Amino acid sequence: MARVVLVGNLAQLTGGVAEFDLPATSVKHLFQQLSELHPPLGPHLEEGVAVAIDGQIYQDALLEPIGPNGEVFILPQIAGGATARTMGGSTAG
Amino acid sequence: MSAMIAEHDLSGYVGTRTIRPDGVDKVTGRARFGADFNLPGQLIGRVLRSPHPHARIISIDTSQAEALPGVKAVVTRDDFGDQPSEFIPAGEMMMNYRDVVRNVMAREKALYEGHPVAAVAATSAAIARRALKLIEVQYEVLPHVIDVVEAMRPEAPLLHEDLYTAGVEPKPDKASNIAKRVEITLGDIDAGFKKADVIVEREFKTQPVHQGYIEPHAALASVSEDGSAELWCTTQGHFIVRAHCARLLGMDIARLRVTASEIGGGFGGKTVVYLEPLALALSRKAKRPVKMVMTREEVFKSSGPTSGAVVQVKLGATKDGRFTAAFAELKYQAGAFQGSPVQPGVMCAYAPYDIENVKVIGYDVVSNRPKVAAYRAPGAPISEFAVESVVDELAKKLNIDPIDLRMQNAAHEGTKAAYGPKFGPIGMEETLNAIKKTEHWNAPLRKWQGRGVASGFWFNIGGETCASLTVNEDGTVSLMAGTPDIGGLRASLAMVAADELGIPYDKVRPIIGDTGSLGFTFLTGGSRSAFSGSMAVVEAAKQIKTELCARAAKLWDTKPDQVEFEAGHVRHKDDAAAKFKPMSIADFAKMAGKTGGPIGGYGRINAQGAGPSLGTHLVDLEVDPETGRVTILRYTAAQDAGRAIHPSYVEGQYQGGAAQGIGWALNEEYVYGADGKLQNAGFLDYRMPVASDLPMIDTIVVEVPNPRHPYGVRGVGETPIVPPLAAVANAMESATGIRFTELPMSPPKVLKALKERGLNKV
Amino acid sequence: MAKHHITATVNGDDVEFLCETEETLLDVLRDTLHLTGSKEGCGSGDCGACSVTLDGRLVCSCLVLGCEIGGRRIETIESMAKGDTLHPLQQKFLEHAALQCGICTPGFLVASKALLERKAAPTETEVRYWLAGNLCRCTGYDKIVSAVLDAAAEMRKG
Repeated sequence: MARVVLVGNLAQLTGGVAEFDLPATSVKHLFQQLSELHPPLGPHLEEGVAVAIDGQIYQDALLEPIGPNGEVFILPQIAGGATARTMGGSTAG
Repeated sequence: MSAMIAEHDLSGYVGTRTIRPDGVDKVTGRARFGADFNLPGQLIGRVLRSPHPHARIISIDTSQAEALPGVKAVVTRDDFGDQPSEFIPAGEMMMNYRDVVRNVMAREKALYEGHPVAAVAATSAAIARRALKLIEVQYEVLPHVIDVVEAMRPEAPLLHEDLYTAGVEPKPDKASNIAKRVEITLGDIDAGFKKADVIVEREFKTQPVHQGYIEPHAALASVSEDGSAELWCTTQGHFIVRAHCARLLGMDIARLRVTASEIGGGFGGKTVVYLEPLALALSRKAKRPVKMVMTREEVFKSSGPTSGAVVQVKLGATKDGRFTAAFAELKYQAGAFQGSPVQPGVMCAYAPYDIENVKVIGYDVVSNRPKVAAYRAPGAPISEFAVESVVDELAKKLNIDPIDLRMQNAAHEGTKAAYGPKFGPIGMEETLNAIKKTEHWNAPLRKWQGRGVASGFWFNIGGETCASLTVNEDGTVSLMAGTPDIGGLRASLAMVAADELGIPYDKVRPIIGDTGSLGFTFLTGGSRSAFSGSMAVVEAAKQIKTELCARAAKLWDTKPDQVEFEAGHVRHKDDAAAKFKPMSIADFAKMAGKTGGPIGGYGRINAQGAGPSLGTHLVDLEVDPETGRVTILRYTAAQDAGRAIHPSYVEGQYQGGAAQGIGWALNEEYVYGADGKLQNAGFLDYRMPVASDLPMIDTIVVEVPNPRHPYGVRGVGETPIVPPLAAVANAMESATGIRFTELPMSPPKVLKALKERGLNKV
Repeated sequence: MAKHHITATVNGDDVEFLCETEETLLDVLRDTLHLTGSKEGCGSGDCGACSVTLDGRLVCSCLVLGCEIGGRRIETIESMAKGDTLHPLQQKFLEHAALQCGICTPGFLVASKALLERKAAPTETEVRYWLAGNLCRCTGYDKIVSAVLDAAAEMRKG
């Protein structure tokens, strides 16, 4: 079980619940589980948060593993690493 | 100390003071910066900017301008498709494309004096300027608001009818200039304040300050008939420029090739686009290259400074100096569109300290000023100025040495940060000790002289980074990196490559690749370029070493695990008979074609594990009571670099950041009239430090290695601007007995404060 | 309005060009003579990035008109090195890491050279006040001043 804490305004999207125990084994897995529990949280997780796993901060690291007793904080993104794949793209012919 | 660091040979170039490979071109004037490029047949582009701080744009008539001989293209809001709302990371802040397109070219409204309303391209600058005068814009002038507290009032002029404050419950039903409310909480501050024996509560005010880069924004765009384009521009992030421009112009990313020129300063201010989309749009229309350069006045009026702010701090401690509760409320100006650095400001405010009970609230507020852009540790200098001033005041009230008070409460490895996670190893205590041990700390002071100390924190970031290493036929190595070099990066990357491959430093030639040559690389900012760039270089070198070992194994008819790379050569591990002569990189290079093809490595990473950098600064100053002028007498900056790849450039970051912080503390500010127009849009009256304002700036490079980097490197570029604001304010208190809570502490303000207390005599 | 026809000497070479009345010497150097080493930082004589010498006198080229230099002698950053040999100031700037982004460097080198031609052994204070007309935003001036003092010492030896 990973112990997960939402920092800052994110708890407002879960009706005030800021702490969770979830059986997530990766960041991607964790985001999926959180979105299922609290759908309003979903887009914000996609949009850019930073994740601290056992004290180490990760940004844009969907595939990062979370250990069985991991302590995870979800923070507002300090930026760095870009969701560049969503940035460009042709909208004109 | 991590095993990772011990693996690396510490007797190479890393840590020495090599001559930078791009240096000769810079001292001879050969190096080409943004405005130094020209193309045959190019047109000159100029921008028409709103003279009003707030106005609805009713109509724009460009017909007369278009008819002027020599004018080849005119663009307005009609030439840019609207963008849906989408947040993207930009340096250390988030921005929204809907806002980006409007900042690049006004749509419904002009939201600040200087806001672009139209742009022209003509065969000469003179014709372009004349054409601007022929463009007729119908404005409906609206009341404006430029002060952050005024802008927060419910009755303030509203900038965006569809902006509702995010982060408050219940969701508001009335639009506001308050874009966002953010908060971090740890423990219970009410209980914490009850435990305090002493509480200090203060309100502080800072003004917007500009990054002040000496090189104005410049871009040269050339669009072809099939819609593909080349762009040269001065930027901290050419891949970001490509992304923004491709988006705004509706182009495939691969069709836009951006080359970063040498850059004459950025400090965060060149992480966004201003001229680039305009130059591309004009070139697309005119079918000729278009060159655009900002004047200094345009830089001040139309490119982002950092926020001005109002900050309230309340800090409580026991009588023996243990902080029990820490509160702060930050109100930051974002300029015309949301996105001030209030979030990092909130997170950094108390980060240097281990405090059980913390609550920090922040507001992001829009106002009729140019949109704020990142400026070196965005948000942190402001909030930490306020906190470090209050820490100093607490130290005096408790009669505890200000360094000892900080030491007692210092964050260290394992401390839980107020914004959540635990810190790895950090250098807060080390930099405090380093300052305490200096001769500076104990040097005598005379009347009207004062001494101040302050600490500072910044997170630093990693991010997507690419670097390639290519071994040439003669054994020399070409290094290509994706992060523009704004202060000596190429030297550091070449040193790491030389050490990794065991070859001489001057056999590695580094360049910054254009966007067509490498994978996406995030911009140079967040103090990440040496940290992430060196990691990508290490990865590329690893690939080369693996490849060479594989080739040697085949050449020597042996297994790959029987060979190893050491000190620039591949050796057979078990060669008692000395049958196999070790092969150097140059040896492999000579036969590269025959053994499989060209040799190279390509590091493509998303660097994680950036470690925070902590700093402590010490300053002595003297106040002239008759004029209010402040002279900096002595300055020492100590900061944790993790591992300094090139000590001179690390020291240079400490000195440069300190100088900017001193300017911010003592002289720099935007001066607006009641009409919402900027009065000091030039270097004469926007007063940055000059050589005669400063003494030598002594530096102490502390090294608490970052265990997540192969060499222990931490980013260093941003932290240095954080401590000086409070260090100078604390020194002012020491010199005059007056606690200044408003920046800048310019001579008129100092004199006024002295006069009010009858102190303005020698 | 007809352009002015000007002949002058720039970096030892005879030059001939046409310019508008309002064109500055800086515009002429950069756009007409293609000597882009001198930079425009402000256009109002406040930053010194455009520093050149005019008949041996240190000036901001953005404050001189192109049509004023007829028959006169201009020296820019491009003439500081002699063949492959860097001027001691250029060499010391590299050794001391007295540049980070490098945009102000040509201006500082031209200004420092002008100082050392007048005063072979300036004090630190004299160096700082002479260079107060050159803005640098990256370095905090420390390493620039050290480089100039070191170059001065070097030049006194040789």
